[in-house]
Amino acid sequence: MLIKELSEAMGVSGAEDEVRAIILKAIKGHVEDIRIDPLGNILAVKRGRHPQENPLRVLVAAHMDEVGFMVTGIEGDGTLRVGAVGGFDDRILPGLRVVVGKSKTPAVIDWKPIHLNQDDHMVKLDHLRLDIGVNSREEANGKAKLGDVATFDTVYTEKGRVARGKAFDDRIGCAILIELVRGEPFPFDLHVAFTVQEEVGLRGAQVAAQAIQPDVAFILETTTANDVPPPRRDPEAPQVTPATELGKGPALTLIDRSVIVDRRLLNHLRDTAIAEGIPFQYRRTSAGGTDAGAVYVANAGVPSAVVSTPCRYIHGPAALCNLDDVDNVLKLMRAALERFTPAVLAR
Amino acid sequence: MKDTIKKLVEAWGPSGFEHHVRALIQEEIAGLADEMRTDPVGNLICRMGSGGVKIMIAAHMDEIGLMLTYQDDRGFFRFSNLGGLRPDTLLGNRVRFENGAIGVIGREGRFWPDGVPALDTFYVDLHDGNDGSAGVQVGDAAGFHRPLEERGNRLIAKSFDDRIGCAIAIETMRRLHNGRSTPHEVYFVFTVQEEVGLRGARPAAFGLAPDLGIAIDITSSGDTPRAMERMDVALGKGTAIKVQDAGLIVPPAVKKLMIARAEEAGIPYQLELLQAGSTDAAGISISGAGAPSGCISIPTRYVHTVSETIDMRDVTASVDLLVEILAKPVAL
Repeated sequence: MLIKELSEAMGVSGAEDEVRAIILKAIKGHVEDIRIDPLGNILAVKRGRHPQENPLRVLVAAHMDEVGFMVTGIEGDGTLRVGAVGGFDDRILPGLRVVVGKSKTPAVIDWKPIHLNQDDHMVKLDHLRLDIGVNSREEANGKAKLGDVATFDTVYTEKGRVARGKAFDDRIGCAILIELVRGEPFPFDLHVAFTVQEEVGLRGAQVAAQAIQPDVAFILETTTANDVPPPRRDPEAPQVTPATELGKGPALTLIDRSVIVDRRLLNHLRDTAIAEGIPFQYRRTSAGGTDAGAVYVANAGVPSAVVSTPCRYIHGPAALCNLDDVDNVLKLMRAALERFTPAVLAR
Repeated sequence: MKDTIKKLVEAWGPSGFEHHVRALIQEEIAGLADEMRTDPVGNLICRMGSGGVKIMIAAHMDEIGLMLTYQDDRGFFRFSNLGGLRPDTLLGNRVRFENGAIGVIGREGRFWPDGVPALDTFYVDLHDGNDGSAGVQVGDAAGFHRPLEERGNRLIAKSFDDRIGCAIAIETMRRLHNGRSTPHEVYFVFTVQEEVGLRGARPAAFGLAPDLGIAIDITSSGDTPRAMERMDVALGKGTAIKVQDAGLIVPPAVKKLMIARAEEAGIPYQLELLQAGSTDAAGISISGAGAPSGCISIPTRYVHTVSETIDMRDVTASVDLLVEILAKPVAL
């Protein structure tokens, strides 16, 4: 799989170009009717074995974008003011390495060293600057400009079945979707969409669904796995209920802020996992939203489901995931699509 | 009409799980519609009449509820809300699952907490005393469990939001079938998932592309002690014609049409401005290329609790108004 290449690519919402280029190269020859729509989504069709017998329009989508920053100002001292693109917890930012713009100018998010720092106030992005190692606005010229995006500077690594990297949300989904289209054909034509701007409001998926007009959609995602113990273990404290757990298989969404997963699709995924002996877990939180929310209400309505790879520390500089889970998401999606017939949608 | 109301408000149908309510409505309106279908997300779409103006009437089938997301090692279930639950009203309430199992909502910690507790401190107790959970499992949804009560003109139920809207739409269909008729192409749409973000009405309106949208839904009232919202709407003073809410400014032409029909027919009405909340009308108004939309509201006390309280006279006035609108020419 192309996880390393995709993870290390820069693809902040609205500037997904590097990711799009990798994906276009990877799917070429495996799909037809490739087009890049006006917002930058990649739309394509993988021809089926018997599309005329099985005219269902099935969409599988994953989003290309990641959370990051956009340069909104250059201070007199050459440091960069930035705004957030997508959601993250400002408290994790001080001292992180980032890269800015197409030239990948290396920067550090400023923070006083511990010797000097008496400040224990809450960290706010507004008060932070990206330091590119210059001393004036003039020196910053050519290294960064307004509108440049910045992303975490993280090298992808693997140790055994554990992978660490940035932007797993949702490059893991993209990597799995690439493998789906590079594999054997399904009984029906498979419509695929690699979407833009999920992190800022599901904007790519909405227009992709309007263009493709699917009958049904599966969204490949990465989801939070806060399965680590709390810092102070209080026996009286409420029991920790992780959203998902690493190594326990694909996470099936029941409900989130954006969608109540169509129960017919959820049951199909569950039944497929059980029949194929693929482990799975239900996502236990309803926080967060995905492209499924936009696809569900697109056009005259599209029953939608979400299959996720559990990941610790998403929306940060380094996420951890288990590659067995990634393989199992791919296995589950292959099997679920292979078994998918109009009967699944019977009421 | 009361029989229909009782069946509807006591039916099981939290957001995303409206199939029993849909089946019940299909029975109630058998033979009334010229055409009836269920769309991809579960909306029940019923056409009456043809010609004239294409009008979409929306009443939502779903009610607020919860979905189990996790069972802890002592067998208690944690849950996600389906729609706007009010944490200060949850403790001790009973919820019913599709298989009939009754759960009790409990809360962690002390009986008297400081302030309003967060939703994630609540759980559902389904212990049967024999290590079982009454056949209920993670992923199952529940609605609140209460019967309809009557007190003079007042009716009390768990789910007037929006089964009373469904009942008003059904009664209107009956009247347009027996006695009155419509010169328009009217789609009565019983929608899904209003409480979680108008997710049924939006695609339904996209598919139908109506010329006019009218939602039938409940609204708050301002006639209780220190009412949360300052609102000049009271129970028993008639149907409420929406002027504005958090998601919709009703176009003047739609508002005027409703007021004109009410005044001609001597139907008691009041104007409604709702500061928080919205209805399917907001979704219809911006679906597809857009449609002017309004809402006929039923004043309701204790919204989103198990004791939503309405006045039957307002219900009757709402039916009268909807019939008048649909039976006469519409110029926008």
